[in-house]
Amino acid sequence: MPIEIPKDKWPGSVRKVTIGATAAEGGTRTKSVTVGGQTTMPYMQFEAPTPNTPVVAIEIKSRKPEDWSPLLADVWGDAMNDPAEWAKKAEEAGADIIVLALMLEDSIDDAVNAVKSVLGATGLPLIIWGPGQAEKDNELLVPVAEATKGEKVVLGICEDKNYRTIVATAMANGHLVEARTPMDVNLAKQLNILITDMGLPAERIVMDPTTGALGYGIEYGYSVMERLRLAALQGDAMTQLPMMVTPGFEAWKAKESKVGEGVPEAWGDWATRGIHWETVTAIALVESGADIIVLRHPESVKRVKEAIAELMVLA
Amino acid sequence: MAISGIQIYKLLPQTNCKECGFPTCLAFAMKLAAKQVELSACPYVSEESKKQLAESSAPPIRLISLKANGTEVKVGNEVVMFRHEKTFYNKPGLFVRVKASDADLAKKVAEADAYTVNYVGMDFTIDGFAVEADGGDLATAIKAVRGASKRPLILIGDAATLPAGLDACSGEIPMIYAADSSNWEAMADLALKYKATLAVKGESLDELADLTQKIQAKGVEDMVLDLGGKNMAEWLTRSTQVRRLALKKNFRALGYPVITFPGNVDDPAKEAVYAAQAISKYAGFVVFDTFTPELAYALLVLRENIYTDPQKPIQVQPGIYEINNPTADSPALVTTNFSITYFSVANEVEGSGQPAWLVVTDAEGMSVLTAWAAGKFDAERIAKAVKEFDVASKINKKQIVLPGHVAVLSGELEEELAGWEIRVGPREAVDLPAFMKQAL
Repeated sequence: MPIEIPKDKWPGSVRKVTIGATAAEGGTRTKSVTVGGQTTMPYMQFEAPTPNTPVVAIEIKSRKPEDWSPLLADVWGDAMNDPAEWAKKAEEAGADIIVLALMLEDSIDDAVNAVKSVLGATGLPLIIWGPGQAEKDNELLVPVAEATKGEKVVLGICEDKNYRTIVATAMANGHLVEARTPMDVNLAKQLNILITDMGLPAERIVMDPTTGALGYGIEYGYSVMERLRLAALQGDAMTQLPMMVTPGFEAWKAKESKVGEGVPEAWGDWATRGIHWETVTAIALVESGADIIVLRHPESVKRVKEAIAELMVLA
Repeated sequence: MAISGIQIYKLLPQTNCKECGFPTCLAFAMKLAAKQVELSACPYVSEESKKQLAESSAPPIRLISLKANGTEVKVGNEVVMFRHEKTFYNKPGLFVRVKASDADLAKKVAEADAYTVNYVGMDFTIDGFAVEADGGDLATAIKAVRGASKRPLILIGDAATLPAGLDACSGEIPMIYAADSSNWEAMADLALKYKATLAVKGESLDELADLTQKIQAKGVEDMVLDLGGKNMAEWLTRSTQVRRLALKKNFRALGYPVITFPGNVDDPAKEAVYAAQAISKYAGFVVFDTFTPELAYALLVLRENIYTDPQKPIQVQPGIYEINNPTADSPALVTTNFSITYFSVANEVEGSGQPAWLVVTDAEGMSVLTAWAAGKFDAERIAKAVKEFDVASKINKKQIVLPGHVAVLSGELEEELAGWEIRVGPREAVDLPAFMKQAL
């Protein structure tokens, strides 16, 4: 006798968000990327197909970071000295989107030049992060947003303490924003409300609920994402946004990935461990509903993309 | 699915005879629902009612326990789809598969068996071994495994090869793998004879449910399910459907834990990815072909993280922690024992390369601000920690650094810790390296 499979029927759905603009859409990207649109929990394709494939972004920096793991420095090599070269290599490694992180040392000219050179080197859509200090973020992101008007880049990172300037310049220049909150469902909702209250349409927000790395609080990020997605499907409008997470940043900050010496023997081979740490962190977050997964190592990118492709197969 | 007192009452004689010790049948039913009495206290309950009540009180996902000499792995008995709804209870067993014909069998088992890794004060190991009768002599292989490990076993073979292996581990409760539509009767007989747990394999959930019902009718109660699945999507779909059917529909035929073999993909990189999905999404037994410390460590930590009770966050053992080999001149930084707080602080200090002592106070696993608001991180507790961990004996200068968020405690702390200098550090861990460099 065939079993009757219980199916969840949800009243709500995740919004579709499109990043990047092609020439026809007023930009210069060779393609744009659309995420979101789900009407089910992650990959429950027996209920409804997942309309847009979650994507992998690769994080690069405007100048060579001194504090990255030597494993990453080895794999990217000299390309790290030039954001345009780095972006090209990231595209070859399979990135769907480039995340370009500006740095504290950057002047306004440096920042604008770095962004323009990356736009010239790759046809992929762009997410641009400020250096992470409110004043400096605003100082760099406004001219960058103006210089890229119409490209539909994602500007980040909006947090509750600093979002107004970034949102205003995104509105003025046709861009999107990344809204980050520290692993809490209500804080995520609240920031989305504050941003939409300023007049930016929800279709131009990607939310970043933050995660910890494997072993460093991933369970909080994991459950907050599941709860946000459940709330979205139940019809809570201010949670109905695609989710972006940064397992690359988190995992490569962890000692397990970052260093190879002075660690317990039971941790095993460093190079393999670093990739496992990033990949396992990312896979758990893919299962909990991530739409944009920001990674750092090309091998992790390959593995996570293959996993997503398998998850997208219709039964 | 829990059954209510009223539903139980309908199955009782409703005579209020009081022989059970309660004034009415309803009162007795309520106690039964609360699991405070046994049904056997009622002398008049019908056989039919007994059967119904036993069925409805059984857990929706059967608890399966594999046992060896003094070691045990328990899986199943889960009650939620998402960990935030309550918690995931019984961590999936992580097993390593070895082949009977492998000349290095004993060495491989000994190596994996000896593996232990520490994560925030807990020691993790793998749980057992799966031994495959791949043409080699299973009895000899089991004896070799038993010479190297006491952990529970899964025996992989057919009805012809398994008995010798089962004889070689008599007295244990192993799992045998696997019954399918062609051999289920012989496998069920073996499971019964040797009191083994039986893995059941099917090409679809319909076929699996059909098999488990037939096997159960022969008297086998302890089963696990191999869902097959040709890719991650199919496995995730089936695993979710099985869990839903058990939890939401109380569907007994699939109310068993799931076993999966990520190594079947024959690619160590994908094996890791498949295993991460299996641990996140409801597997009960995960059997690897690749045993390496770096993979075992990552997956043991993932399992711990996913199965952590969301109501009881992982706590770090209170104490004094050394970061970057501190000396008597290094600063002593105070924080709480909430794991994320600890990790944030420890990571920043570690990343800065500057040595420090970290005084982790027992704040009942709360973050700095939460603990302070709840009265679990006050001057008294901090002073107690400083004294208990004998911080004074580690450092030359009697000075501690408080998190900036609790600057308000410094006056009180000066009273509690006479002769100590109380410094106020930054509010956020990320600012610690700069603070340590400039202010200390």
